[in-house]
Amino acid sequence: MSNEPNIHDMTQTTCDPPRPQLDNGGPRPVLEVRNVTRTYASEPPVQALRGVSFAVQPGELVAVVGPSGSGKTTLLHLMGTLDRPSTGTVRITGLDVAAMSDRQLAALRATQIGFVFQQFFLSEHSTLVENVADGLLYTGTRPADRRAQALNALGLVGLADRPDARPTQLSGGQRQRVAIARALVGRPSIVLADEPTGNLDSATGASIVELLQDLHDAGVTIVVITHDRSLADRLPRRIEMLDGRIIADTATATPTGTGSVPVDATNAVHADDSRLRSGRQP
Amino acid sequence: MTINARLRPSDLARVASVGVRTRKLRAALSALGIAIGVAAIVAVLGLSSSSQAGLLSQISKLGTNLLTVTNGQSFSGQPVELPKAAPGMIGRIGPVTEVQETGTVKNTSAYRSPLIPTTDGNALSVDAASLGLLQTLRTTMAQGNFLNAESEREPVAVLGAAAAQRLGIDRVFSGERVWVGGQWFYVAGILNPAALVPSIDSSVLVGFPAAQTYLGFDGNPSTIYVRAETDDVAAVQSVLADTANPEDPGGAAVSQPSAALVAQADAQSAFNGLFLGLGAVALLVGAVGVANIMVISVLERRSEIGLRRALGATQGHIRIQFLAEAILLSLLGGTVGVGLGVLSTAIYAAAKGWAIVVPALAWGGGFGAALLIGAVAGLLPALRAARMSPTEALWAV
Repeated sequence: MSNEPNIHDMTQTTCDPPRPQLDNGGPRPVLEVRNVTRTYASEPPVQALRGVSFAVQPGELVAVVGPSGSGKTTLLHLMGTLDRPSTGTVRITGLDVAAMSDRQLAALRATQIGFVFQQFFLSEHSTLVENVADGLLYTGTRPADRRAQALNALGLVGLADRPDARPTQLSGGQRQRVAIARALVGRPSIVLADEPTGNLDSATGASIVELLQDLHDAGVTIVVITHDRSLADRLPRRIEMLDGRIIADTATATPTGTGSVPVDATNAVHADDSRLRSGRQP
Repeated sequence: MTINARLRPSDLARVASVGVRTRKLRAALSALGIAIGVAAIVAVLGLSSSSQAGLLSQISKLGTNLLTVTNGQSFSGQPVELPKAAPGMIGRIGPVTEVQETGTVKNTSAYRSPLIPTTDGNALSVDAASLGLLQTLRTTMAQGNFLNAESEREPVAVLGAAAAQRLGIDRVFSGERVWVGGQWFYVAGILNPAALVPSIDSSVLVGFPAAQTYLGFDGNPSTIYVRAETDDVAAVQSVLADTANPEDPGGAAVSQPSAALVAQADAQSAFNGLFLGLGAVALLVGAVGVANIMVISVLERRSEIGLRRALGATQGHIRIQFLAEAILLSLLGGTVGVGLGVLSTAIYAAAKGWAIVVPALAWGGGFGAALLIGAVAGLLPALRAARMSPTEALWAV
């Protein structure tokens, strides 16, 4: 990636959304989940999450791994502020999701959270750069800036040379790279990837994992939701889920079945993070 | 935290046209319903305005400055004859430019031959006519010649258009004659229909001297045709009765034949109601079609809605996107409809030789109706799209 823009270049553009003020100088979790439950009102009620607590520090690369039905997709909804917990609190960059309106949550998603989906969800009728620029559509950014940042983000995923191609002209792995660029283009505090290799063959999947690790090395905070244990094993931190509970978190190194993981359990903050964050401060 | 992330008009246009661009055939078909409705309304209003314009231009060609004076009735119901001097007196009114007269020959009918029973009179009247009548009425001969200084003294007749038809005469050839008042009159010509004075059409016209010589005509005019300077028509009209019959002005009825044609032009729009109703029904059906397509579109594009919500779209962003899409569909239909309506009006009006008139109400109303229909038809689907839970939208595949 020597001749491509890196994440630090991106952080120096001037149209950053305002970031929440931190009340102390120390590292603060990007994502904080505390005693969260989520019960779906059906007959009988389904308790998808039964008291989950953990925190993700800036710059971490975390796998949430578990079999289907373990509650990891529900957890993704809550982390992505697409759903609200039944009890407990979810904090994104220190902001309590429960206290926020639909508009505020939308703004939070637009500026702080990037999503990567198993099905990519790219518009086949738009070019790659348009698809990526759509990641900024709801941020109030000017069209010219959106395009410039989208080109930059395409460079980060190694597709800078064909911004005007259509997704239909790309392989699955390339499409996922475009989707990752779209997630990165708003320079979010956290990227949530839902089974990012689920629709890809193993070799292509491995290249996507490599890309995620490169981004991690550049200081991007990433949470990967997957049922693929071999993928999870390649990531620095793993949170294992079963039946709506966390049964293991490599950050705490002690299996818990009660959901009483201390929220101050942290991984080492990545060395690049201080630079990344200082670059983002307005 | 909130950010001012109102969509720019260009962005709104782009997201609103996603459905139209990606599903062209479907969009075209759903817009077609609106197009047909709008086209029907525009065409009905356009055709009626154009035909009205055609009639009015015909009227102005014939002139609105023709006035007629007819003998009226006295209070006791007796017919009042106009004085023989009336045309001359009228001719001395300043702004009057032409005066011509006809006099109905009483108790006289025209027949094809003496073998026709006298009871079978065909409702044809026999009128003595002055020589300049044709010019004053702005009508022309279909065949043959009008009366002239020689033929008005001889038993010679000119047939009105309807009269010729009823007598079974469609050609004038030498020696053609009709049986009038117990003797043969030679046919000199046949008139074209007189749009301003249809009563002439069913008349058999003879010269004043001939009528007096052969038919016992008393010489009193029964209708006087007056052309006046256009600006002074009202003034002339106001003094006409007094001038025509100073002894009994109430016995002279004055009218303006063009007024009847103007009223006819106005009355034509009365037929529009039915067709406008049909157009409205087509529009309603089109609206249901658009609403239907939008409901389906919202269901099909759940993942797009979910994605946009994940990218930071508020409920308002989703709502305005789908509402704008419905309005866009309708406006497409409305534009095509206005075009079709104007085109069909133009073709029909051109074929009829009318001026092409599409009133602002027609095309403005067509666009307006399309806009309104799009908004109404799109509202419910847009609300449904906005209310859709982002998690269901993204993960219910």
